Amino acid sequence: MSKKTHVTATLNGETVEFLCEPRHSLLEVLRDTLQMTGAKEGCNNGNCGACTVMLNGRPVNSCLVLGVEAEGATLETVEGIASHAHLHPIQQCFLEGAALQCGICTPGFLIAAKALLEQNPNPSEHEIRFKLANNLCRCTGYDKIVKAVQAAALELQKAAP
Amino acid sequence: MAHTEELYLGKKSYNVIGTRPIRHDGADKVTGKAVYTSDLHLPNLAHGKILRSPHAHARIKSIDVSEALQVPGVFAVVTHDDFPDLENKVANLGEAGMVNLLELGANCLAKGKVLYKGHAVAAVAAASTHVAEEAVLKIKVEYEVLPSVTWVLDAMAPTAPILHENLRTDFMGKKEDKPTNVALHLQFEKGNIAEGFQSADVIVEREFKTASVHQGYIEPHVTVALWNEDSRLKIWTSTQGSFVCRQQVAELLGIAVSQCVVVPCEIGGGFGGKIAVYLEPVAALLSRKCGRPVKMSMQRNEVFEGTGPTPGSFMRVKIGAKKDGTLVAGEAWLAYDCGGFPGGVIGPGCMCVFSCYEFPNAKVDGFDVLNNKPHTQAYRAPGATQAAFACEQVIDELAAKLNIDPIEFRLKNAAKEGTRRVDGPVYPRVGFIECLEAAKNSPHWKTPLTGKNRGRGIAAGFWFNIGCASSCSASVNDDGRVTLVEGSTDIGGSRTSIAMQLAETLGIGAHDVQPQVADTDSVGYTFLTGGSRVTFATGLAAYQLGLDLQGQMKQRAAEIWGCGADTIKVENGNYSHNGHTLSFKQLAAKVAENGLPPVVGRASVAPEGSTNAFGVHIADVEVDPETGKVTVLRYTSVQDAGKAIHPSYVEGQLQGGAVQGIGWALNEEYFYDDKNQMRNASFLDYRMPTCLDVPMIETIIVEVPNPTHPYGVRGVGETPIVAPPATIANAVHAATGCRMTSLPISPPVLWKAISTKA
Repeated sequence: MSKKTHVTATLNGETVEFLCEPRHSLLEVLRDTLQMTGAKEGCNNGNCGACTVMLNGRPVNSCLVLGVEAEGATLETVEGIASHAHLHPIQQCFLEGAALQCGICTPGFLIAAKALLEQNPNPSEHEIRFKLANNLCRCTGYDKIVKAVQAAALELQKAAP
Repeated sequence: MAHTEELYLGKKSYNVIGTRPIRHDGADKVTGKAVYTSDLHLPNLAHGKILRSPHAHARIKSIDVSEALQVPGVFAVVTHDDFPDLENKVANLGEAGMVNLLELGANCLAKGKVLYKGHAVAAVAAASTHVAEEAVLKIKVEYEVLPSVTWVLDAMAPTAPILHENLRTDFMGKKEDKPTNVALHLQFEKGNIAEGFQSADVIVEREFKTASVHQGYIEPHVTVALWNEDSRLKIWTSTQGSFVCRQQVAELLGIAVSQCVVVPCEIGGGFGGKIAVYLEPVAALLSRKCGRPVKMSMQRNEVFEGTGPTPGSFMRVKIGAKKDGTLVAGEAWLAYDCGGFPGGVIGPGCMCVFSCYEFPNAKVDGFDVLNNKPHTQAYRAPGATQAAFACEQVIDELAAKLNIDPIEFRLKNAAKEGTRRVDGPVYPRVGFIECLEAAKNSPHWKTPLTGKNRGRGIAAGFWFNIGCASSCSASVNDDGRVTLVEGSTDIGGSRTSIAMQLAETLGIGAHDVQPQVADTDSVGYTFLTGGSRVTFATGLAAYQLGLDLQGQMKQRAAEIWGCGADTIKVENGNYSHNGHTLSFKQLAAKVAENGLPPVVGRASVAPEGSTNAFGVHIADVEVDPETGKVTVLRYTSVQDAGKAIHPSYVEGQLQGGAVQGIGWALNEEYFYDDKNQMRNASFLDYRMPTCLDVPMIETIIVEVPNPTHPYGVRGVGETPIVAPPATIANAVHAATGCRMTSLPISPPVLWKAISTKA
């Protein structure tokens, strides 16, 4: 066990401080140290995307980021998507479209979809599939996930000024 | 086995059933609040880690744990010796079969021998996962490496390395006398196949093989166990059946089931692979030794190498037909591997291979074969997908030889009410013909496929729905909402499909029922979530619960109105008598206002036998002749759901099963090297389909009511994976002229077939 490092970051809009060993991944820090268990561990080597979080505005596999790398970073997890008792349109569309079954991959898909729509508000089906290909789902066959993202894109366009 | 009691109510319209409400646990699952086992943080929690075998087959000469115990932060180490003596007790895991506890214990922690790479040998509990990981490396195991075998036919050879020296083949209840890896030889026969084949105008016979594939749930196995000083054991875990988990753990640890409570947390996928226990009893042993709760979770490579794949198989199928397309005889010889311990899924494989058609004469031989792979587990219609891959390609070839349209050929021979399956049961009302008609009339089938290197395939699939025990209870709140407590773990939205059946029965809204899945101390015995049984059997319990609540509500209304309960009329949730009417909600409020006994209901059921669900799939593919890569252009899944309670989640089952089946068809396999080591034990190398690999999956829900359910429900969860590999193979044949008889149809295999065809 080596000495721990003090890290300060912004998590879902709030300043957080934590101590972590150099070997601790950001996913471990989020889940075990900060008890933000929305991001899930499916493979711990960057293959499944269940741990996807936003790091400085980009989606990353948090199992492939070290906790110490979060120093000064802005982080957003699934816990930060909804605001004040209102689900984000992406969350609402996932629910209305039955785009989840077991739900373990859902937090990662929501973050990845949100990142996609922020970058490209009107993606084609192929662009959605391309951008979400980092995230594995074993239950749904992806059909309803892709359709939920399409529906969310329409909702967000309607809401845009 | 056929269940004959007619329960179908024949309702023509529904208020709740068939609608698409948002699932009750939805908000939890899109905000990260849903609690999966891995999300638990208990006070004083220790973390466990397993040491696994690096060899495919070896004798354990010694285990020295002394150095591991010296590592700072290590609390306890366990090996198989920490289990009590396990007699040859057998536990019924339903779809996963009868399980010998001695073998189950030896799978959780090896006893004497390791039987596959990844077999658990010892476990450590420590202050953190990292410390536990360091400590397991300090455990010294001396192995005598033995020859190993992973291909099913090699394992059947007389010269094969023997996994269990005392094992003898069970052939129709009789034990043979030589050491062998063939645990079981099954045989089913109907009519006279010799005469049948003599009367055939065309006969097609082919051999097929399939690689082992994994269920591939995204959540790895994980558990937390707390063995308290008062001898009460509490387990939080990711399981398909909390009661089945409890039974296995209690019997392995030699305690009464009532000493153990299993808390089913949210479960991140199972597909049959989260029925047998792996970590639960080991975490319990560690907890008892160190006096703390112990959390254990697997890494992904441990999931691949240490938990249940579905069998690799070798199959020979021969079918004969008349010129007019009438099937006259079928013969199948199926060898499925079961990994390191006996008891695979050859039984259902044999029952399913000819289950879609009327065969006057048929014979099926099946073999359950040990080899040095993880012990196989159920995977969504276990054993049926392999069998359909074989049978449906032979059917396709016969239709082509007779120049008959593949749907017409199937229609001519389709199993229907009264058809006797080769293993004995006679079908009640089933919907296979309706599924074939729906496929024939589908937009997909009616749209011609054009373009080079493209082909269209069709295939059928069959699976059972089992019954077994389910319990639930409910109380009516003052505001008229009903709190439902059930024992079926919810993997894909079953809370809602159960709640909707209760709501329909009571005449209230879907969201007027609040369902929760309870632990084993808080609800009656409920068999596992599997066998496509939950919406059928637990739904039946919810219906009966509704009748119980309704009866009590009538009694309360009778007290309020001072009349006999039998004079009260109930319609669409309204209770009326002599000009008075109270809605369910109004009546609930009156019960509280008048201080009447609260309305608390319960139901438990155990429907016998099984019902049946058929599906028909259509695929269009394009093959790249340069690389052998197959692209799925269009896919349609047609299935008889009996009655779709929540159509979105029925579609979801059809779509999810189709994509799992496409992965099985094209990519997925356990890739073994010459030392029988799996070389692709990661998601990257195992390569399940991503969303970029598949198109939208079109669905057609056929509704031929199941006579043994009040709302006509048939389970839908498993049939969707049965047809896809055969469907894709038939499409690949249409595109290339190559009959692909082994799975997966990966680019190098198909490229070779295309290149050598000319």
